[in-house]
Amino acid sequence: MELKPDLTLDLKGLLCPMPVVKINQAIKNVPVGGLIEAYATDPGVMADIPAWCRSTGNELVTIEKQDKVIRFVVRRLK
Amino acid sequence: MALEQIAEVPAAEAERAVQNRLSMVVFSGDMDRLMAAFIIATGAAASGMNVTMFFTFWGLQAIKKPSPTGRSLFGRMLGVFLRDIQGVGPSKMNFGGLGRWMFKKMMKSHNVTPLPELRRLAAELGVRMLACQMSMEVMEIRREDLIDEVQDVVGVATFLEEASRSKITLFI
Repeated sequence: MELKPDLTLDLKGLLCPMPVVKINQAIKNVPVGGLIEAYATDPGVMADIPAWCRSTGNELVTIEKQDKVIRFVVRRLK
Repeated sequence: MALEQIAEVPAAEAERAVQNRLSMVVFSGDMDRLMAAFIIATGAAASGMNVTMFFTFWGLQAIKKPSPTGRSLFGRMLGVFLRDIQGVGPSKMNFGGLGRWMFKKMMKSHNVTPLPELRRLAAELGVRMLACQMSMEVMEIRREDLIDEVQDVVGVATFLEEASRSKITLFI
């Protein structure tokens, strides 16, 4: 059973660079250790969100694609 | 080397060390290249990088206000052609403005963030926008002809200092 996210974002329909920009804005609104859950449809997100997590030092908890919707969870580490 | 000079070295070195920065020369005034420039700039800023964009020559169109510019005949003529960011066309298939219209329509239908919105976002994310003094002189563009988000009007040495301590440098 996964932990409850502090914030859920709807990024469906947004293309590069918006998913990364939105996650960057949103993460400031959760406490360190908190979780953000997001739903996106841009296929580029599958590569970009893991890359963003590596660049910014946050944790990618999960990323999965179901049909056309990508769901991912990021934990704020700093 | 005197002792105090040695002691000063690490601080100076740190000042010049490569940091988590991105420096970009934006030379082009083409819509497609400007899209790339602003997407990279906003993406980098959103990934925690310190971003500087140095706009020179045709790139100045991306940070111009729509108001007419120029003093001489040629200067005013340039001012008519280089209106503002809304007036930029693609580097290929512009067909006298038709391509610009087509790309704007296609990008809108695919929900791509439009260029003026990307520029606004860049400013909001703290991207530093600098304008090239020399090109402004040549093209007869004054500081007040540029959008307020432009932080400074500078020359090559300022850009090079910035670029020399950047992880990533790009020329677009």
